Amino acid sequence: MSKRLDGVLTAVKRGRGGVAVAHNKNTADMPVERLPVPDKVVLSMQQHIGVPCTPVVKVGDEVAVGQVIGDSDKFISAPIHATVSGKVTAVGDIKLANGIITKGITIESDGEMRLYEGIKPPVVTNKKELCDAIRASGVVGLGGAGFPTHVKFNLPDDSKVDTLIINAAECEPYITVDYRECIDNTKYIIKGVELLRDICGFKQIIIAIEDNKPQAFKDLKAFADSDNDADDTIKLMTLKSRYPQGAEKMMVLSATGRKVPPGKLPSDVGCVVINVASLAFIARYVETGKPLVSRSITVDGSAIKEPKNLRVPIGTNIQDIIDYCGGFKAEPRKILSGGPMMGIAICDTNAPICKQNNAILAFADRKDLIKTERECIRCGRCVDVCPMSLMPTLIERYARIKDGEKLNDIGVMVCMECGSCAYACPSGRPLVQYMRLAKQVVREGGKK
Amino acid sequence: MSKKLTVSPSPHVRSKETTTGIMLDVIIALIPALIMSVYYFGLRALLLTFVCVGSAVLSEYVCRKVMKRNNTLGDLSAVVTGLILALNLPSSLPLWMGALGSIIAIVVVKQMFGGIGQNFVNPAMTARIILMVSFPTAMAHWVAPFAGSWSPDAVTAATPMAVLAGVEGGDVSAVADALPSLTGMLFGAHGGSMGEVCSLALIAGGFYLIIRKVISPIIPLCFIGTVAVFMLIAGKGSLEFTAYQLLGGGLMLGAFFMATDYSTSPLNKKGKIIFGIGCGLITSVIRIFGSLPEGVSFSIILMNILVPHIENLTLSKPFGFVKEKKGGKA
Repeated sequence: MSKRLDGVLTAVKRGRGGVAVAHNKNTADMPVERLPVPDKVVLSMQQHIGVPCTPVVKVGDEVAVGQVIGDSDKFISAPIHATVSGKVTAVGDIKLANGIITKGITIESDGEMRLYEGIKPPVVTNKKELCDAIRASGVVGLGGAGFPTHVKFNLPDDSKVDTLIINAAECEPYITVDYRECIDNTKYIIKGVELLRDICGFKQIIIAIEDNKPQAFKDLKAFADSDNDADDTIKLMTLKSRYPQGAEKMMVLSATGRKVPPGKLPSDVGCVVINVASLAFIARYVETGKPLVSRSITVDGSAIKEPKNLRVPIGTNIQDIIDYCGGFKAEPRKILSGGPMMGIAICDTNAPICKQNNAILAFADRKDLIKTERECIRCGRCVDVCPMSLMPTLIERYARIKDGEKLNDIGVMVCMECGSCAYACPSGRPLVQYMRLAKQVVREGGKK
Repeated sequence: MSKKLTVSPSPHVRSKETTTGIMLDVIIALIPALIMSVYYFGLRALLLTFVCVGSAVLSEYVCRKVMKRNNTLGDLSAVVTGLILALNLPSSLPLWMGALGSIIAIVVVKQMFGGIGQNFVNPAMTARIILMVSFPTAMAHWVAPFAGSWSPDAVTAATPMAVLAGVEGGDVSAVADALPSLTGMLFGAHGGSMGEVCSLALIAGGFYLIIRKVISPIIPLCFIGTVAVFMLIAGKGSLEFTAYQLLGGGLMLGAFFMATDYSTSPLNKKGKIIFGIGCGLITSVIRIFGSLPEGVSFSIILMNILVPHIENLTLSKPFGFVKEKKGGKA
């Protein structure tokens, strides 16, 4: 069982491996500012893992904030809402930051941010209603994964799920929006925790946070110590800050000591993990009925003039956001959507923010970002740091000879592409690329 | 503007560690041993070291050129190979033999198998064995410390290992006259190859590598520990005998610098334990039963050859994998 230290839990089990990445949480003390209403937003129909939405509006339609403009009848999907009020000017192909072309809706803003009149707080009294409400809110994993949140709460009545883990680890460098959420929105985190406890009947709720976030910890502790927690189901847990502590499987291991088997979900070992910002959003949604139309992002990096934490309407153009932060102070050489460990390098800033984007980072200097690639020296650092106990160097070898059977045997499919191996590699080998290649080989070769 | 943006897969930050940095650390760790060898055996030792390092670097350069491959001198691994080889040689060795050793190490053992990370045995160790077999007299010409090794007939001294080979049942007192004191063993005032005499310098270097996280302490600990256990048994519990065995010969150099060679040792902890114990076992068996006074080189080479098998036996179990059931669902 967990140790109790002054009423605060420490990790039940520490995951192996991981790397000590410089935190660079430069924006930690910057409260989230609201971005002025943009002239237009571009909303992709695919802002989540799962089935893309189909547009339900057409060019020329007047829409209001919170109105559904794209939806799908499939389960693993989440509806898309208008994030500004105004007129739909285009429905068709758009280019996302990563270069992918997808279907999207462009709305020209009238600047009024008029709320859709159909918005009203949902009635949530049981699990089914909760699940429906979460789906209707359009929320997906705001930590970066973009997995539709309602799927996690679609638990059968006889489910063995007993633990809810609130993920406030935020182990990616630079990003501080979850940290700000803990400080600025503690109230909604509390409400969210209580709501989920009361509806879903979790036996324990663990709010897990890395030990490099003292203020957030203090605020949450004040909550955990409050009278609300009379039945002692809600606990605060500090985790040693080490990348990738915030990864779902690592989280479950640290918080409960349980290991999620390959290809399974946390619910298979009795846990649901939810990002702290997603949780706070659900609480707010249940109170107001206003769906997910904006999100917080960190704008930082050596090329950004005034780094900020911003609340932006989803679909805002990335260049507009950068311009609001004073533009570039140096020529950017690399711009990331997301954190430096798992984020995506983007090729064009003329692209919209999606629901799962938690940061825009622009770097002027490539020195830290690129390492000369040399031959593997078999130093074993990748093996030491892999949180999934894999042997990346071996996987690279088998990936090169395309031995799908062997790759499957040594477990490449459990790789979560956290990038620890490539980070640690002294020879600068592109190991994450090889992991992806290896997975591709396994998929094509089929399992034995 | 967008044309100048770099698009590459994650992660977008990398640790500061580089291959060159690691090799530089190994060189730094070997400097105390080198200084001590120059102190004991004079500038001849330094000259031989330069010849070995120089010919290693040159042969790597030429070899890569001839094979039409990229130049890899920048990773400094050739310097490390040359340096380790030099420290394994007697200071009086003809220079051309040292150069030949380097060429064998780099060309035959390293580059012909694909270069850094691909060789299946330790290059310096293999070169040493080849020289030992080819030039047994020159390779066993152990110059006494401070005798000056410029002249071919400088005073020679038996190595402690040769003396200990004649010891029965751990009774060191019988050969006390021929052996330096234990402190002498630690500081290195006795015959032996250039780099192996001063155990203290090697241990210091080894600790430096462990602190810098260049090597894991597992292999040296298992290696030295196994030898200690065997020597305690062979010496009927004589601590003195055991201490001489640990400090003598190439054990410290081998355990800290050669058995830990990345290319030729297992990747995981379990594999490293097996590898270290195996090295210790073979060293002990050769020292106790073999006709050779010293077995560190052979033990490391033999274990190097076994590494692929050790590796297969000790594959890590991926996160969340349960024991595989034959015929069952994966």
